[in-house]
Amino acid sequence: MQPESAMTPGLEVTVLVSIGRHPLTGRARRADQDARGVELARSLADAQVRLLHAGERDESSEAALRGYLGMGFTELSLLEQPEGADVLPALAEALDATSPHLVITGERAERGEGSGLLPYLLAERLGWPLVSGLAAVESVEDGVATLLQALPRGQRRRLKVRLPVIVTVDDAAPAPRQSAYGPARRGAFEATAGPVSVDDEWAAWHVQPARQRPKRLKIVKAASARDRFKAAAAKAEGGGGQVLTDVTPTQGAEAIFTLLREEDVLR
Amino acid sequence: MSDLPRRDPRQEWIARNRLHPRHAEVLQEMGQGAASEWWGPGGLVRRNPHAVGFVGPNGVKRIDRSGTQQGAGGSSAETSNAERKPLVEIDAPAFMIAVVPDMAGGRLSGHDRDLLGLARQLADADPAARGAVVAVVFGPHKEANFGEAGIDRLLHLDSPEVTGYAPEARLGALIMAEEAWAPRHWLLPDSKLGGGELGRRFAARLGERPTTGVWQVEAGAEAAAGWHCTARGAAGSLDIRRPLPRIALALAECAEPVSETRHAAAELALPQPLPSTLSRIQDLGQVSVDPSGVALSEAEFILSAGNGVKDWQGFHHAAEVLGATEGASRVAVDDGFMARDRQVGATGTWVTARVYVAVGISGAIQHLQGIQTCDKVVAINMDPGCDMIKRADLAVIGDSTQILEALVTLVAQAREEKRDAA
Repeated sequence: MQPESAMTPGLEVTVLVSIGRHPLTGRARRADQDARGVELARSLADAQVRLLHAGERDESSEAALRGYLGMGFTELSLLEQPEGADVLPALAEALDATSPHLVITGERAERGEGSGLLPYLLAERLGWPLVSGLAAVESVEDGVATLLQALPRGQRRRLKVRLPVIVTVDDAAPAPRQSAYGPARRGAFEATAGPVSVDDEWAAWHVQPARQRPKRLKIVKAASARDRFKAAAAKAEGGGGQVLTDVTPTQGAEAIFTLLREEDVLR
Repeated sequence: MSDLPRRDPRQEWIARNRLHPRHAEVLQEMGQGAASEWWGPGGLVRRNPHAVGFVGPNGVKRIDRSGTQQGAGGSSAETSNAERKPLVEIDAPAFMIAVVPDMAGGRLSGHDRDLLGLARQLADADPAARGAVVAVVFGPHKEANFGEAGIDRLLHLDSPEVTGYAPEARLGALIMAEEAWAPRHWLLPDSKLGGGELGRRFAARLGERPTTGVWQVEAGAEAAAGWHCTARGAAGSLDIRRPLPRIALALAECAEPVSETRHAAAELALPQPLPSTLSRIQDLGQVSVDPSGVALSEAEFILSAGNGVKDWQGFHHAAEVLGATEGASRVAVDDGFMARDRQVGATGTWVTARVYVAVGISGAIQHLQGIQTCDKVVAINMDPGCDMIKRADLAVIGDSTQILEALVTLVAQAREEKRDAA
């Protein structure tokens, strides 16, 4: 069950985990996409998975991080950083030192700025390729990974990339397993101190809880009173649709076929 | 000289005189099918009430007095409306605002237009020194009206390296554009793939700290750059207010799209050709996905069945051949022909399909609510008076079983021909 103890370490995978925020209660939890990333790493054959977190260590964050340990890990590497610090240099240094084959992260953090830039900055700094929005890792052979990228509308794209690579995980990736309580309690943190760089810009910005975005108004620019009235009183009806009556089934099917072809939905 | 209106009194007289033998001919010459309005010899407007109006549904002649329905018809009025927008040309821009639209499906999306509206706002803030909006478009496109979206300069890159999924080649092209013109701001849509990804890569390469998830930009009183933006942070739970940086990734509805003016959309080219870089990410193309596995709410193409479907085997076969996701109306689900999670409508799933084919669905209001956001609706139904026909863009009245069978045959034939050609 523990791939770490395998005799021949195959693929070295590091998952960057962060502390999530429950969307309703605001409590600390394991971040959804990061947990999906851990699940993805667990599903890889003979992979040596390592968890890495950079951030503050206190009671609530420890509880959240134990959620990842409960997914079947004995330890988690923790780079201790003060609150509000930029974790990029510490993470880059740690990854440079261990040089894993595959780094998995979520798309964006659930706390702080949450700009989703970290994987891109890491990739730029380490000089590794980056693939975003992953749904699955199909295979890893001879240092080449075949990946499935999630596209909108449930579509998938197959990509091939040479290791080492940084990948980010989409919501379409398999749902994470439940965190088991016992392993979560038994798991240990391996804390190290990394370089600290303070994020001054963040402190200068004005941050407040999100307020509701104003709804866009429907602005009618009409020259005549009649047009304005029509726009205000318009019923939502398609109108102008083409109706084919008294046609043979073949003619009807041809019309539909032409439309489907124009819309390019037939593959 | 030539654009002075010249009047020929004799022709006008003939046009007025319906009994004149050359009456119809002269009307043709004057460019009116049937003259409904002309200037009389005394300088008065004369109207012919017999030439205006249309026959209403009950056979009664109706005259629309608003002036939209005169004589020849309103279509020419609409086209002239588009041309009546003032053309704005900025020959010597003080600065550049670069926009990289997503061009989903080869056309400017609503998100792209909002972003261009925002770019115009930034470019036109100072009327003494106006900026130009440059759009960088990758790959082939189907868009014809770049100018009306507010684009002054268009950089269209169509080489094979940047088509398809090629983030690294596109990044290289953006870097070249940055070196060539050094735009004051770069605006990209903060969408899942495309702008959101490319913008972050670009910012990381330039070493600039961008702002992501921008939904509001306002002119600030004291800020150095003059603009403040409000961006969403922390998975949408925070509002971050900060000065607008050089690179901004904006959400949809961040500004109003351009609607009052037309712009030149002059072609622009990079000073040097794109360097051929070896991409580290190899695109193996889209994977065919099992359509029944796609969630109904995000399926692109739905074949939906209702009470009018009798041959369920044939329906499932048709969905399989067409590669469509199956949906159903409430009746079909209640009768046990389809699973509950396939129900479309107010009590089921609200779908966002691009093409929705409703087979034997009469269109209850709850069902029509569920398909509100669908682009194209095709209805196959026996009853020509039902509500679904009114909603549909294409309606075929007939027996659904036979029509689906014919459709399946057609699609299979087309596939066969394609395979033979390949």
